[in-house]
Amino acid sequence: MSPRAAWRLESLGFARVYDYVAGKADWGSFGLPLEGASSGARRVAAHVRADVPTCRLDDELAAVRKRVARAGWDTCFVVAETGVVLGRLGRAALSGDDGRSVEEAMTPGPSTIRPSARLDEVVERMRRQNLGSLPVTTPDGRLVGLLLRADAEQALER
Amino acid sequence: MPAPVDRDELQRLVHEEQAQLVEVLPPDEYEDEHLPTAINIPLRTLDAETARRLDPGRPVVVYCYDGQ
Repeated sequence: MSPRAAWRLESLGFARVYDYVAGKADWGSFGLPLEGASSGARRVAAHVRADVPTCRLDDELAAVRKRVARAGWDTCFVVAETGVVLGRLGRAALSGDDGRSVEEAMTPGPSTIRPSARLDEVVERMRRQNLGSLPVTTPDGRLVGLLLRADAEQALER
Repeated sequence: MPAPVDRDELQRLVHEEQAQLVEVLPPDEYEDEHLPTAINIPLRTLDAETARRLDPGRPVVVYCYDGQ
């Protein structure tokens, strides 16, 4: 639709016309703000916990366990320097007391969702797959935060 | 020929060149959610008359949901 609009504006004499082809879907999927009646409340972005702990592949697992526990979390995302999610340390990996490395303990390549995803659809999926949380990333894989099913269900009840 | 822009270039055009954002989707979709500062001129109403809302001296960036 926007390419046709761009051409029409040019034909009307506008000299500098640009087409943001990726549109609202792209804007929202990177967690950028939207305005309007829904103000994004029905999207995942508005309910993401951005303070979920992260660590790096070469961090010491024992130190990560302590830091995550102190912060009151039971999960931690392993991210690259760029913020791209490499894996997830879940409850079992964090509660152990073995000599494994972060890389050995993590679950690689967790399933992720975009900030622009509809909250009701995501909750339906979480119920169906019995998931308590889902990591939220940009389309290029950078961590935005964690969506907790409890938060999402509460938001839908409002 | 209209130039395609990505998210970063769009933000640069808005901040540095006071580009005007135009959502060309129907009004209900615009009212539900739109990019900050965007105005709504639905494609089916886009003509010389409705385009008068735009300043021809500034860049114009159009967008819809995902280009389809």
